[in-house]
Amino acid sequence: MSKLVLRKVGKVFGDLRHPVHALAEIDLEVAENELAVIVGPSGCGKSTLLNIVAGLDRASSGSVLMNGIEITGPGADRGMVFQSYTLFPWLTVQKNVEFGLRIKGTPPGERRETALRYIKLVGLAGFENALPKTLSGGMKQRVAIARVLANRPEILLMDEPFGALDAQTRVAMQDLLLSVWEKEKTTVLFITHDIDEAVLLADTVYVMSRRPGRIRTRLKVEIPRPRDHRVTVSPEFASIKKEIMEMLWEESQGLNISD
Amino acid sequence: MVCKMKISGALTLLSFFLLVLAWCALSYGGVVGGVFLPTPGEVFRAFGSMQAEGILIPYTLASTYRVVVGWALAVAVAVPLGLMISTSRHVEALCEPVIDFARYLPVVALVPLTILYFGIGDVQKFVIIFLGTFFQLVLMVSDVVNKVPRDLLRAAATLGASKRQTYLMVLLPASLPGIMDSLRITIGWAWTYLVVAELVAANSGLGYMILRAQRFLAIDRIFAGLVIIGLLGLATDYFFKWLTRVAVPWSEKVGDRP
Repeated sequence: MSKLVLRKVGKVFGDLRHPVHALAEIDLEVAENELAVIVGPSGCGKSTLLNIVAGLDRASSGSVLMNGIEITGPGADRGMVFQSYTLFPWLTVQKNVEFGLRIKGTPPGERRETALRYIKLVGLAGFENALPKTLSGGMKQRVAIARVLANRPEILLMDEPFGALDAQTRVAMQDLLLSVWEKEKTTVLFITHDIDEAVLLADTVYVMSRRPGRIRTRLKVEIPRPRDHRVTVSPEFASIKKEIMEMLWEESQGLNISD
Repeated sequence: MVCKMKISGALTLLSFFLLVLAWCALSYGGVVGGVFLPTPGEVFRAFGSMQAEGILIPYTLASTYRVVVGWALAVAVAVPLGLMISTSRHVEALCEPVIDFARYLPVVALVPLTILYFGIGDVQKFVIIFLGTFFQLVLMVSDVVNKVPRDLLRAAATLGASKRQTYLMVLLPASLPGIMDSLRITIGWAWTYLVVAELVAANSGLGYMILRAQRFLAIDRIFAGLVIIGLLGLATDYFFKWLTRVAVPWSEKVGDRP
């Protein structure tokens, strides 16, 4: 059974007289340990979709099931990494990573142990006592990833987590995420508008259409794992990228005609 | 870093030095007449004579006491209320329009009324300071809370925090630096309102001393009063800056000092 199942999910913003259809008829399934990536043009509603899965937003229609249970609000089983920096600035790196465990009521010793393990996993050993204001953007996002993983979520939701980083840091973070994912074997739903990022990371890429956002295509990426950014120069990578690019290009053409 | 601090410290001293220098030049040089501008020496002697009369310290303490109590009362009510307004739509609907109305009433215009109700003692001063700072502070605090990044709260929610936990463990600490700023700003206003109240009616305090000095054309004492108020303001400001460094060392505003 799939871990996360979305059935005919729709989202309408605004009032009855001026409805804005953000999402329509979204069908999507993420299997255990799958790394699924949704790619789409900006404004296609992909962040809204992720917020609905996180429980931060409600679907107007359809159903969202996590392990067969309808989602009604946010919860620790669906940890999220945001594009903006969301570390708690008053807590050290370690305390940030311990945050979710503290809420769960995990004993301090175990909390510390888990936190240190994940801080090490994201390559930040030695920064346990640093305050967020002393960290670079990439380091902040590493801590954010460690913080979510330490909480042992059923699924990791990532909303363009590397979108605010410079190109080089982004590549490094993508490789880091791949290696962390290989080691932790966790389920991930990742959102991006960057096609390279989508193909590099994904088992499955969902290409979304422009507003109202629909799933246009579902593509399996069969590039062998373990991967890192070196696969981006392979012919296999290029052909999948081309396919997605053409689809997104058609979407943008539609936009030009209607506007 | 240390070098930078030394330079800024030197510049601070320099600015005061220049101020005193200009004062000396204007007064000793006879550019402005003695009736309007006392010399630094005269002001210094005024401190001595006020001390001899036994009013220097008691008046300063009386004024400080009024400011601190009046302002602390305002803080004690305004901070929780500001927090509630920004987190509950009901409380907002209930309080905000009234506060917006009250906030535009010039406090100075309420001085006669407060004298009628509360006399000219400490209580009336507390009331004036309270009215002068409370309404502004409520809105400042609620503004600070509203500016806490939404994603910070959402991140807490996806880490499993309940609404209550998010409030206590995220919203409150995240608001703290902004609240400290609001406190620092409003205590300055409290001084203004106190002096206004003391100028109108009082039987002790720095404002009262300044008013009496004006009646006797004791310009040196007026300046002495201003110097004390200025120094107290400066000390308060430094106190709050120190408190910010101690209480919220993680704030982006606090530089990494050795």
